[in-house]
Amino acid sequence: MIEFDHVTKTYPDGTTAVRDFSLTVPSHTTTVLLGSSGCGKTTLLRMVNRMVEPTSGEVRIDGETVSSRPPVQLRRSIGYVMQHSGLMPHRRVVDNIATVPRLNGVSRGAAQERARDLMELVDLAPELARRYPAQLSGGQQQRVGVARALADDPNILLMDEPFGAVDPLVRVELQSQLRRLQVQLRKTIIFVTHDIDEALALGDQIVVLRSGGEVAQIGTPRELVEEPADAFVSRFLGLQDGRRRLHASPRVGGGWTVVDDTGRPVGLIEGEDGTEPAAPSPEGC
Amino acid sequence: MTHLMEALQWVLSAESWAGPGGLGVRTAEHLWYTLLALVLSTAIALPAGLVIGHTGRGRALAVLSTGAARALPTLGIITLAGLAVGIGLKAPMIAFVVLAVPSIIAGAYSGVEAVDRRVVDAARAQGLSPWQVLVTVEVPLGLRLILGGVRLATLQVIATATLAAYVGAGGLGRPLFLGLRNHDYAMMLGASLVVIAVAILVDALFIAALRILRRIPGIH
Amino acid sequence: MDWALANLPRILSLTVDHLLLSLPAVAAAFLLALPLGRVADRLGRLREPLLGSAGLLYAIPSLPLFIVLPILIGTGVRDALNVIVALTLFGLALMVRSAADAFGAVSQDVRLAAVAVGQSRWGAFLTVELPLAGPALLAGLRVVSVSTISLVSVSAVLGVASLGSLFTDGFQRGIVPSIAAGIIMTVLLAVVVDLLLVGLGRLAMPWQRTQARRAGS
Ligand SMILES: Nc1ncnc2c1ncn2[C@@H]1O[C@H](COP(=O)(O)OP(=O)(O)OP(=O)(O)O)[C@@H](O)[C@H]1O
Ligand SMILES: [Mg+2]
Repeated sequence: MIEFDHVTKTYPDGTTAVRDFSLTVPSHTTTVLLGSSGCGKTTLLRMVNRMVEPTSGEVRIDGETVSSRPPVQLRRSIGYVMQHSGLMPHRRVVDNIATVPRLNGVSRGAAQERARDLMELVDLAPELARRYPAQLSGGQQQRVGVARALADDPNILLMDEPFGAVDPLVRVELQSQLRRLQVQLRKTIIFVTHDIDEALALGDQIVVLRSGGEVAQIGTPRELVEEPADAFVSRFLGLQDGRRRLHASPRVGGGWTVVDDTGRPVGLIEGEDGTEPAAPSPEGC
Repeated sequence: MTHLMEALQWVLSAESWAGPGGLGVRTAEHLWYTLLALVLSTAIALPAGLVIGHTGRGRALAVLSTGAARALPTLGIITLAGLAVGIGLKAPMIAFVVLAVPSIIAGAYSGVEAVDRRVVDAARAQGLSPWQVLVTVEVPLGLRLILGGVRLATLQVIATATLAAYVGAGGLGRPLFLGLRNHDYAMMLGASLVVIAVAILVDALFIAALRILRRIPGIH
Repeated sequence: MDWALANLPRILSLTVDHLLLSLPAVAAAFLLALPLGRVADRLGRLREPLLGSAGLLYAIPSLPLFIVLPILIGTGVRDALNVIVALTLFGLALMVRSAADAFGAVSQDVRLAAVAVGQSRWGAFLTVELPLAGPALLAGLRVVSVSTISLVSVSAVLGVASLGSLFTDGFQRGIVPSIAAGIIMTVLLAVVVDLLLVGLGRLAMPWQRTQARRAGS
């Protein structure tokens, strides 16, 4: 469990990035911090591994305040993935992944073996191990970034817009892979994004932020969509524009087609168990 | 052109190289001064430059002083040191270090600064200590620029070492000034050619080293 | 201070000598480097070898060059022209690379756009490329001027009059203030010329006010 307890961050230049922010992140779940650019997401994330020190308030991991732990050691126990993979360009893929185990004193051979296991876990072909980061595609680099963060089996994974810089197709692929991994690994993940689809796809809990790190709403994806707290959240989720105002219309040959506000099709409706739904009202949701 | 032929003849004759005042000893002295000066100034300047690049502290001062150092006249420094500490190796050594330090500092901090901040940031996030970040990320990735600073300093010292003889030390400046004083054109010219050859050879070594570094992925 | 006051006329006349040696060399290096740099930038695969060998010139220590050069150009060792040519070569070694990089940084798009709106290539060079490369050229020029002004003094050991003469005289007669005055005047001269260049840069490139101040540092 990670707790943000009334944290505030004012940078030396006077910018207050986060003001009096509190949040509890339950263990073994994915919490998404969702907000537009500059609202303090990265600042919050970095408070967890002490890349940023709060001006006031504290962050606790399992009840213990992080400020009591030496930053370097703390960071080695927490996985971190960032938008631009930040891989070391002069180290081979396998050595990049093995970074933290090596720092923690694992022998070179064992660390590399571990790295190869992780490459398999994130669907990277073994022959990529000896390549340099510049010889990989953007999507592959992000996979390496994820593998590196997982290398020493941390309990906590911090992800700062990890899929923000790859093309939409690869992004969806990486998201579903992360979901599969999470079923298997059950890490405590804090995931930062400004992409609402990504948030809905990955979050067990979503925190919608206004500027200054102010919480607009906390809830499950479903709660957010069904009961947006206010106009800001509703606008942020796109509930007010046509994209998420969906309608069901009868499908030729039975069943229902879902269309958006402008009448463009976005999908088909099936019941929870795969059967046809009883009777959605043809107009409005 | 006859001067040139005579000079070449002088350089190529065995007796010019032999003996305690011969070209062999003078070249060795020249290289020895250069090496000593580089070791001394690197020991001072490299840590300073790396710390400035790593922390960003003292940068304005470093920029200012390296700019000012470029304006310092070599001959002025070496003669001033000569009057201050007397004839011998100490005076030129002081001048060498004064002239070499700014180039090495400038190379070191610009090398560290040129490293992609995102890579450094990621390294910190993985839990590398500041020292590990410096040694395993910033220094290797900035190596070309760091070495570029040392190269500049080396050229400067080799040139200045020629002036060392003017304040009573050895080196290839010795036959050069001797020839100058005695109107012995062959000697003066010959010694000049040897200095030029030494400088170009040493620089070629640096160029080769930098070229090898360029092949290593990610190195700036 | 007393020494400097007593010898003020001599210091001033040596300063003039110093400028007469260094300024022509800086100007010549700059003017020659423009076409050379522009051509070098367009040489494709030959670019690096060419710039590399120009750079190698910089590796040559100044004193030996002052001595060797007369054989090649037929002057005397103590000729002012000899010193000026040598300093021009050093300036070129630095400036050709700066000029090539400066022109290289002007994007091909901008250049083509100028030609596309109907400017001649020469016109495009004068009105588009040169102004855009201006700030980087100025930065290179400033480095050349500072290092040339400090290099001149070495020629004093050959008997060419410049501020360097204050070093040789001072050393031979054991007058520390003479050497100190020479160092101070050389640095002062370098700074004044540098400020003048920055000022000229602002006059010539009024749109570049802020960048020009930072360039070359
Ligand atoms: N080191 C810093 N010094 C000063 N201000 C900063 C610093 N880092 C961030 N800020 C400011 O704090 C605010 C929040 O920044 P932060 O990086 O946390 O936002 P973010 O939500 O991650 O934005 P993005 O989506 O663009 O990554 C911004 O206004 C930013 O300009
Ligand atoms: Mg951010």
